This record gives sequence, C-alpha cells and structure tokens, in this order.
Amino acid sequence: MNPRRELPDGRTESARFGRRALAGLAIMLAALLVVAGRFVYLQVYEHGEYSTRAQANRVRLRHLPPPRGLIYDREGKLLADNVPAFRLDVVPDKIRHMDAMLQRLSAVVPLTDDDIRRFKQSLKQHRPFESVPLKFRLTESEMDRFAVNAWQFPGVSIQPYLTRNYPYGPEFAHVIGYVGRIDENDLKRLDPDRYAGTTHVGKTGLEKQYEDILHGTPGYELVEVNAAQRPLRVLQHVAAKPGENLYLTIDERLQRATIAAFDGRPGAAVAIDPRNGDVLAMVTVPDFDPNLFVNGISQGDYSALLDDPDKPLLNRAMRGGYPPGSTIKPFIGLAGLELGFRNPSDTVLSTGTFYIPGYSRGFRDDQRYGAGRVDLVQAITQSVNTYFYSLAYKMGIQRLDAFLSTFGFGRPTGIDLPDESGGVLPSPEWKRKISREPWFPGETVIAGIGQGYWMVTPLQMAHALAALADGGEAHTPHLVRATSDGPDSPELPVTPDPPRQLTHAPADLAAVRQGMLGVVYDPRGTAYGLGDGFPYRIAGKTGTAERYSRTTNAYNTDKSHAYLAKRHRAWFICYAPADHPQIAIAVALEAGAWGGSDAAPIARKMLDAWLAETPPSQRPPVPVTASAEGTVAGVPVTR
Amino acid sequence: MNALAATLSTRAYRLGRRIFSRPRIDLPLAVALCVLAAIGLTVLYSASDLNNAMLLGQATRFLIGAVLLVAISRIPPTLLRAWTPWFYFLSVGLLLVVMVLGEGRGATRWLDLGALRFQPSELLKLSMPMMVAWYLHPRRLPPRWRDILVVGLLIVIPSALIVKQPDLGTALLVAAAGVFALFLAGLQWWKIGAMLGALAAAAPVAWHFLHDYQRERVLTFLHPERDPLGSGWHIIQSMIAVGSGGILGKGWHHGTQSRLEFLPEHTTDFIFAVLGEEFGLIGVLVLLALYAFIVGRCLWIAANARDTYSRILAGAFGLAFFVYVIVNGGMISGLLPVVGVPLPLVSYGGTSAVTLLAGFGVVMSIHAHRKWVA
Repeated sequence: MNPRRELPDGRTESARFGRRALAGLAIMLAALLVVAGRFVYLQVYEHGEYSTRAQANRVRLRHLPPPRGLIYDREGKLLADNVPAFRLDVVPDKIRHMDAMLQRLSAVVPLTDDDIRRFKQSLKQHRPFESVPLKFRLTESEMDRFAVNAWQFPGVSIQPYLTRNYPYGPEFAHVIGYVGRIDENDLKRLDPDRYAGTTHVGKTGLEKQYEDILHGTPGYELVEVNAAQRPLRVLQHVAAKPGENLYLTIDERLQRATIAAFDGRPGAAVAIDPRNGDVLAMVTVPDFDPNLFVNGISQGDYSALLDDPDKPLLNRAMRGGYPPGSTIKPFIGLAGLELGFRNPSDTVLSTGTFYIPGYSRGFRDDQRYGAGRVDLVQAITQSVNTYFYSLAYKMGIQRLDAFLSTFGFGRPTGIDLPDESGGVLPSPEWKRKISREPWFPGETVIAGIGQGYWMVTPLQMAHALAALADGGEAHTPHLVRATSDGPDSPELPVTPDPPRQLTHAPADLAAVRQGMLGVVYDPRGTAYGLGDGFPYRIAGKTGTAERYSRTTNAYNTDKSHAYLAKRHRAWFICYAPADHPQIAIAVALEAGAWGGSDAAPIARKMLDAWLAETPPSQRPPVPVTASAEGTVAGVPVTR
Repeated sequence: MNALAATLSTRAYRLGRRIFSRPRIDLPLAVALCVLAAIGLTVLYSASDLNNAMLLGQATRFLIGAVLLVAISRIPPTLLRAWTPWFYFLSVGLLLVVMVLGEGRGATRWLDLGALRFQPSELLKLSMPMMVAWYLHPRRLPPRWRDILVVGLLIVIPSALIVKQPDLGTALLVAAAGVFALFLAGLQWWKIGAMLGALAAAAPVAWHFLHDYQRERVLTFLHPERDPLGSGWHIIQSMIAVGSGGILGKGWHHGTQSRLEFLPEHTTDFIFAVLGEEFGLIGVLVLLALYAFIVGRCLWIAANARDTYSRILAGAFGLAFFVYVIVNGGMISGLLPVVGVPLPLVSYGGTSAVTLLAGFGVVMSIHAHRKWVA
C-alpha cells in the first residue's frame, strides 16, 4: 500500500508482468489462430458440403401425385373417375407415443382395427419423416370433429386427395378391376420416383393392365421451409401430368342388359364385334363392388366375398374354365372340312350309339335311337354326337388339336387384361403333364363333342366364334378402343393387332354357318324359336356340358330341370346379323339345364340390347328379304 | 455533523467534476469498441429478422454501458480499488439471492428487479478480476501458496454458486478471469503445472457432479451426430450456417440458416454463426482481428499501468474478454462444447454488454491514470 515500499519492487514486478502479459497474449493468439483456422476449414474447404446441407435444410421437395386417367365406355359414359376426398395423415417422426396417440385419436375420429392394422403396415414402408395415411375418405362430421381437436394431435393432419370412384359399382368389377393402396409387393416393382406421393395403384383388371398410362407423371414443388417445416414459399412448381384416359369398346347398356339377363345365376358372357375384336360386353355373375377395395376393404367384407360359395371374385369370363360341350361342334366340323376329312355333303348314320372299332363301350347320341343319316348342316343343327364322334376319331387328336388351337383354344386370347386363363385343349402332351396314364382313343372321341378334359373360357369361345363369323379372320379381342391425354385432347385410337386368316375355303365356312342358322331357324334346331321377332337373322349353337361323367351305361331318367341344372353347364354361342355379323356372343351358365332353354335366352336379350335397341344411326340395314340366302346345301330356313 | 456534511458534499462535488470534465479516454480502444458495437448491432438486426425493438433495446444498453464507461473512466483506480471488496461481496450476495428466488428458463440465472432484469453472474466477470487484483495488490509477488489458496477460495466460491444455477460456461469464464489475474501476478510456471496436473486428476470427480444435461453437452460435443435432433442440432446447424457462408458470405439478411430458424439462439449465443453465414470468412476474420486488437490494447494499457492492482486487473480483464471470444468462436464452429457463452458486445443481452462496457471503463480509468514514464 505504501508507494515507497512498493517502488523497489515495482520495476521487477512491471517487467515480470510484461513477460506474463506477452505469454498470455501469445497463448490467446495461438488459440485465436486455431479458431480462425477452424473457420477457414469450415468456410473454404468444407464450404461445398455445408452449402449442400444448408440447401437441403431449407428446401423440401413436395410430390404432386398425378390425377389418374379416367375410363369411359364406348358411348362416353364415365366408368371410373376421381372424386375429391379427405384423409388423415400422420408424420411418425412427430409422434412420441404412437399407440397412445391412436387411442386418443380414435375417440375423436373412429378408427377400426383394419385402419390401425393397415396403418401400422404402411408405417414400415415409409421413412419416419414421410406422412403416412391413417384413414381415407373422412366424413364431414369426422373432419369437423378432428378440426376442433387438431391441436391435441401434432403430426396428424387432414389432407385432400383424389380417390378412385366407380359410379357403376359391380357392373364393371371384373373388367375395370379396381385400384388399392400400394402394398409391399407393389413397392418392389413400382418405380419409386414415379409413385412418390401416390397412395394407390391398379390391382386388377384394366386398372392393372393399363397402370402405366393411367398413372401419369408426377409433378413436384420445391418449397422453402423453416426449421418447423412450415412451408414459406414455393420456389419451383412442376405440375403433374394426369394419366391418359381410356375409352373402352364395352357398351354400358349392353353390359347392364347382360347382367340383368343372368338374373343372378352364376355364369359369364362375352360379346365381341367380329369385325375388329372389340369386346362389347364382358360379364361375370356374380360380381362385387370394386369401390369397397379402393380405400381398403374391411376384413368382414373381404371374408364375406371369399366365403361366398358362388365366388364373386372369380372372373369367370376369362378365368372360368368350362367344358364347351356341343358349342365346339361347329369348330370340329370346320376342322373336318378344312383338313379334308369330310365334304359338307358327306353323311353319317346316327343310330343312338357310336362304337370305336374293337371297343365295346358305346358313345351316345342325345336322341335315344339316333337322328338317322345326317350331313354337316344337320349334324350342327340337331347337335348329332355321332357325326362328331366319328369325325374326331377319324382326324385323330393331334390334327384336331392343331386346328382348334389356331382358333385360340388352349391358350389365352391375348385380351388386354391381366391373368387370363388359357383353358385346356385336351391333347396327349397335356395329359402326360398331369397324369401317368396314356391317351385313350375314347378320349379323342369325346373331345369331338367338347367333353372330357376340355376347358374353355367364355372369352375364348366368343373369340373363336367371332373368327368363324368374320370369314375365318381372327382379331385379338381388346377392351380399349382409344386413349387420350385429357378431356380436351383428341382420342388416339389403339392400333389392334393385325388379323390372322384361319380358314381357306369359304365354302367350308358357309356350310358350318348354315348349320348354325339351322340351330335357330330349323324346327329341329336346338334353339328353334330364339330368333322370333328379332329383326336380323341369328346363327347360333347350343351346348350342354356334363359336369360329371356318367357312372353307368344306363340312360338317366331324371329329367327334372332342377336336377339337370345341377349336373349341366349350359352354353349358347351366336352371332348376328347372320349375313354380315356385327356381334358374336358366348354365354356360359353354370346352373343351366340345357343350352337352348337356359343360356340362349340370355344371348337373345343381349342381341336385343345391342342390335334392336342400338340408336338407329349405328344400326345395320335390316334385310328386306331374309330368304336370299335361305337355302344353303338344301336346308330350308324357317323363321 | 455540519463539517461532515460539508466534507462529503465537497468530496461529491470534486468527484462529479472529475467525472464530467473532459473525458480522457483511450481513443484507439474507444474507436475499436464503437466499431465492434456497430458490427454487433448490424448482425443483431439481421439475426433478429429486422426486429426494431430488439435493435433499440440493445442500442439503449450500449448507450447505458457507454455512459457507465465514461463515468468509470473518470474514477481513479485507487478509488476503484477501495470499492473492490464491496463490489465483490455485493455480486456474490446477488448470486445467493438468485439461488433463493431467481428465475429463468430451466436455470435460475435471472434476477428481476422490476424494470431491470439481469444476471448477477455477469457481474462476476468484472468483480472477480478486481477482487483477485485487490487481494494480490499489497502482497509479495509472485504469490506464495498461502495467497494462492486464498485467491483459490475467492475464485471457487462464486464459481461454485454459478455452477449450481446451473451455468457451467459462465462459471468457467468467471473462474478464468480470476486465474488470469493469478497468472499475470507472476505465478510460477511449475506451480501452474502442478495445479493443472491436480485439475486433470480431479476431472473424473467433477464429471461425477455434473448435471445430466451438462454431461450430455460434453458427450454431444464429442459426437454431434449421436443426437442430431437434440443437443447435436445446435452444433450441426451452427456448422452448416458457418460452412455455407463460404469466403464472402451470403450477404446481410440472406442467411437462410438463421432467417428460417434452423439455427437456434441465433440472436444470443449463436450470433457468431449468423455473422459467419452472412459475411463469410472475411467477416469472421475482421471480427476476430478487432477482438485481438481490443485485447492487445488492454494488455498495452495494463503494461503501462501505475500499480499492481491496475496492471493485474486490466490484463486479466482483457485476457478473460478474449477467452469469451475464443470459447464462443470455438463453440459455434464445433471445436468446443455448447457452453452457453455469449459473443461479447455482439450477442443480444443486457447484463453482459453493460458489465463489459463498465469493465472497459475500468480499463480506461487505468489508462487515464497511467504512470507518466512511457
């Protein structure tokens, strides 16, 4: 304290302080250099890296899913459209206790076990910061209730979206199919860039087949966000390109009339325009409501569909295999003519039973004592088994197969639908694959009348018939007539596959077609009377296939309709107008006693809907006299 | 009685004249401080997203600090020295008050005196070096073990109170100011070594007494990516802000990291990152150079001071000031853990700015009353 006492020390102390101050400054400057060096490192060497991260911080990519293409029928009726709806989205990152949150939320918006199960499944498919849909198609009151309570549920929000809607419900369930929520299997095959932001994908039918063009191209927005991820402004906007619209060949009126004609009886019908392969109607009964599947079908609804003994989910029109029965006869007959085994005028004696030489087992006609001596036209008209037994036996199974496969039997027709079945064209090769037993000659004989191992889908049958009707020219059946980029864009016709000529002699075809006219207009015809009151002439063929093979050689005397309906599958195929066919129809009825009495009326109602009720502009000219080609090969045609 | 009143009033009159007569402040230091304040306000205005209220509030504090600076610079160091123990015990007493009835976000650092809310711990940044200098002033230097022990107590008691608040960062900086005083007093190097050794040995014990969140900060510092959304968020976002600034920066008020609120605490502890983002390496180096100049000037003033108290005080204050800068700079660039240390005279915050300017007032006073040899 005393300056005098301090002074002697002062100088050394001051010098010592100076050294210490310099040392302190040196340490500080060294530390400063380290810090400055760190800044140089961050701002010069790592600048690129951190710039990228700063950009990634503030810019969020928001996906804009494209609106799905619409589907119209032949006349422009809207069969599949998109309607605005609202869903509940959850960002898992922002939820601390998911189960507790779901518990509380279900008090506000009812959540079914299905909702929660599916939500937890899709949780696994998304990254934690991506929003996951929890409940689709909120009702007004659900939205209101959630809006009031939204503050309790950070990370849960209501999102508008477009949902698929099928205004005609079950009518097109088996044709258009449905879209459903993207699941794990879909994720494996879908391009993640194209499906970013999309929740649904085509699962069956045309929705699946044309997924690629229906889907469209997603757009995106670059959005600047703050740390709370709140979007502040849009930096860049690239609009989504909607999916292409589909214009079908199917006519909604005909489709509806066909379904009505079935009256709930299980079966299927396909109508094709023979001139170009346009599928005019494709009906499977029973059907189901595809709208149930769009936003996730409930377990209860789904098991109801699965457990239904009539299997409404089975697309009978292209996956249901039925023995064709007598409807195969025109094709067998044509094979005999084309391959040179018979002439149209060659006759065969039907005695009621056909025997293979050297075998004792008999193959029966429908008429107990036979139809007598018949040529091809009569054989088709009266559906005489013996004619075709002997023809098939004469041709042999190999030649029979080779010819019929050109008409599309035994393989998918190539229609633009997924998972089409090819049916079974019985052959020794085919049998070898499924059984150790050799091919027996008797199997060739019954193949001639469409029994045995035969399996034909209604679509295959309609396709083969259309080729027969169109002068032996086969067109691959198709459902999509045209596409377009949007409601204002022109329709772009889909180029069909080039037709294939299957037959070579017009006279052969004419004989077969004459036989089919006889079915409807000859009093002995199996569908005689079907053409009454119809403005055009119909050529057809009935078929009644056995569901079970007979166990005894004796004739069954039970002729009751109910019993037969249980045993038989009823077929009817026809085309009209007979002289310039515009529609070829195949009807298969699972519980029909006889083709003529049960399946044929369905076909007639379809013809009525298509030709008799078609707007006059599209109607073909009514022939003034039907007798111009009234007799071919000496068969009188009655009306 | 009358005589006493007369004496007192005469004294007050003289003191007043001294204070309000032509200021004899150190011009280079004053200019540097003004530039620093200007930079601070510029960055703060951007960091607060052009918040006028914050800008005006901070400017007002700078003004109060400047008035205080000029006032204190007129008070002779001898008088300051005489007041030192009172100031020290007042600030330690306030720390105790804070412990009892303080308030703050998760930590009790704040004292609410009606219009004035302030952090008593900030006062220690000034009173600590003053007290150590006051204690060492009459002693024989370099200090002996007994003195070291007493100084140690003077340092440890308030530091422990601040750690309790809990505010580890400020406690370390307050302690650093006292330790610098000891260092400048000529503490032998071997004693420094011995104490550092003892400290290293005690570190595991200290770890045991740390709060969970403090341990968390240290662990997060060692591995920032281990908790990218929690404690690591600060460091990562700060490094992104600095790194993305590059050499020239993104420009004033164009820093996306702070403007979009990715950078937390961007007006207070992390304001340096805003500067780094918007003004780039150039801005960072200019600021660091400015700080280095200020500290250098403080040490020059200390070296020219008249007595031990002044020397030690000015030197310790300057070095401690530099430590704040380095710790803050190290923190926002990911070199040091997040310890909640503001950037002196740039970060938004009243107590810190006013206390520091008052400290520079003391330095100015020491300069004004330096020995006349030079």
